[in-house]
Amino acid sequence: MGEKITSYHGWGKYPRATHTAVLRPAWMDEVTPFALAQNAPLLAFGLGRSYGDSCLNDGGALMDMRQLDRVLTFDTERGLVVCEAGVSLGEILLLAVPRGWFLPVTPGTKLVTLGGAISNDVHGKNHHQQGTLGCHIEQLELVRSTGEIMLCSRTENPGLFAATIGGMGLTGIIRRASLKLKKISSAQVAVETVPFDTFHDFERLSSDDEGGRWEYTVGWIDCLSGQKTRGLFMRGNHAKEGPLNTHPEKTRLNVPFNLPDFTLNRLTIWLFNTLYYAAGRRGARAKTSHYDPFFYPLDKLNNWNRIYGHRGLTQYQCVVPESEAGAFQEILKRIAKSRQGSFLGVIKKFGHAKSPGMMSFPRPGLTLALDFPFRNELTLRLFEDLDNVVLAARGALYPAKDPRMSPAMFRASYPSMDEFRRWVDPALSSSFWRRVSEETK
Amino acid sequence: MGRSGLEFQFLAACIGRNKMTGALVIIGATSKIAFEVGRIAARKGRKLVLVARNKDRLDAVAGDLAARGATGVEVIVAELENTDRHADLWSRIERAAGQIAEVLIAYGSLSEQARSETDTAYMEHEFVVNFNSPASLMNRAAVYFETSAKKAANSRRNGVLAVISSVAGDRGRRSNFTYGTAKGALALFAQGTRARLFSSGVRVLTIKPGPVATPMTASMPGASRMASPQIVAADIYRAMTNGHAEVLYVPGHWRLIMRIVREIPESIAKKLTF
Repeated sequence: MGEKITSYHGWGKYPRATHTAVLRPAWMDEVTPFALAQNAPLLAFGLGRSYGDSCLNDGGALMDMRQLDRVLTFDTERGLVVCEAGVSLGEILLLAVPRGWFLPVTPGTKLVTLGGAISNDVHGKNHHQQGTLGCHIEQLELVRSTGEIMLCSRTENPGLFAATIGGMGLTGIIRRASLKLKKISSAQVAVETVPFDTFHDFERLSSDDEGGRWEYTVGWIDCLSGQKTRGLFMRGNHAKEGPLNTHPEKTRLNVPFNLPDFTLNRLTIWLFNTLYYAAGRRGARAKTSHYDPFFYPLDKLNNWNRIYGHRGLTQYQCVVPESEAGAFQEILKRIAKSRQGSFLGVIKKFGHAKSPGMMSFPRPGLTLALDFPFRNELTLRLFEDLDNVVLAARGALYPAKDPRMSPAMFRASYPSMDEFRRWVDPALSSSFWRRVSEETK
Repeated sequence: MGRSGLEFQFLAACIGRNKMTGALVIIGATSKIAFEVGRIAARKGRKLVLVARNKDRLDAVAGDLAARGATGVEVIVAELENTDRHADLWSRIERAAGQIAEVLIAYGSLSEQARSETDTAYMEHEFVVNFNSPASLMNRAAVYFETSAKKAANSRRNGVLAVISSVAGDRGRRSNFTYGTAKGALALFAQGTRARLFSSGVRVLTIKPGPVATPMTASMPGASRMASPQIVAADIYRAMTNGHAEVLYVPGHWRLIMRIVREIPESIAKKLTF
């Protein structure tokens, strides 16, 4: 009792949290959210890749799910895999790819657990065709603090299923789930990189794909390029031919400690962006690439968040309706004015596929994600400024990336909030949820 | 006409050095170390026979190993401390396995030292789980290997019997000597069984892990600095299927540490509390 555990943090390392207990179930029958002796709220924790505090529970307890890493069944004919919630997407790929299956939707890192991916209803570069990961979950098993084990799917307990997909871990503890995989005939991806110089060009490139010629599309933008919004548009499809080889199981490169805070400054960010753009322009031809560098370029470097120093990083990811695309130019203008560089800017057009999740972030429109070195008040003030632009554009922010949005911003982003609240398990909570729902527990 | 039977068996034995023909039997398959050994074997496409007490947990383990590529996974649910049922248990294992290449006995219980000092029934139960029961199953395995060695007189290798003891069994220490006594006795028993099976060409492997980060040790201090079960399992699987090791310390540096610990004079050791 009275223990203080400070070793768990989000990917951005801001904010920090102190937990009073960490439970580490090794088996599904040990996932017992009701067995907690302390009268403190509980939250499941996966691989800690959420940037902000949606994976933290300051003053409460965590249930570290990583030991639940077993694949329970893998139907190689149908491509249906049933896993314990702590299995990572990378671990699923290691089994699936050699047998000709792939994740139907994948975020930009494979180092997330299946339970975490469901709780955040993650999206990927194929959102315009496949929707979110939640669209491909057939069933999940949820342990509630009443001790009930609830099977949820589109037909069984559909309300709880909808609340759990994108439900930020608040509706119960997911202990296993089944995921429908996607057939591939090669581990290679045929990729094209097209440079663009104006925002209008990006929109045109995105719209080109409405015919569905490219399953994966994403834009990288150089936020320091001033008025012109230059960037690189990347598009790809699974190759028809090639070996079904997996990514390497171990990553050799590691950032062993926090780099000094000045590592990423305006100059180095400008240098990186300029070189990256130039390299992209030069290599603008079509080529094939293994899925690993195409989907997960940053997974190559363990602990890459340490490049941002001990203060960490934060990401601002918003979505706005397509008709409000002008908001992005306003956002970039305000960032330029604040003289805070974004190291990585990613832009993507979401499609109309409807996720079963009632609290899912993706919705039709354009999404922009910007990484910033975290500079305390400076960064927080900039983000508040950007919120005004997003609000005016009827946009929304992504909880998985957020360490600071206001309750008002959250309510505006998630109109189903009151309906969702009815499904929240009273024994579960998170730092994020207390912050945005104005609950003090 | 083709090759003579003898020649054919010789060739098969040569190929067999790298490609196991029989099953790997894991008794205590839900222990973390055993499970990770199972994952390595599964990736190599081995046939596995898994024995453990808890059916749901065993099914989860079996599912994972099947998904990872094991060519066949048989599960047997059994209460391992019931030594009077071991004859029946062993015949179920033989039936499930067909031919057995290796046996890994991997279960045990980390005894609470303080409780064992006052609660005799508890102490005896810990001795049964950590010594009587695995020793009894080693005898069953020994009979099996002796019999199959007689049948296949020409084959050069007739199996591996591996058992997980502990560095705790190398010296009676203040903090864990109930556990250590049983594990030390098990190591002695394995040593004797090694002599018994030598003429049958069966290798007996005594495995002595140092502290490994598993659910069994999660409550011990310094759990975060312990060896990873994946690395320990890789050493164990390698030692079981390749080479000639008879006593394996994992990770390897524990061989040196325990040599030093064993050399501490009794007059000093009795004052130590670790």
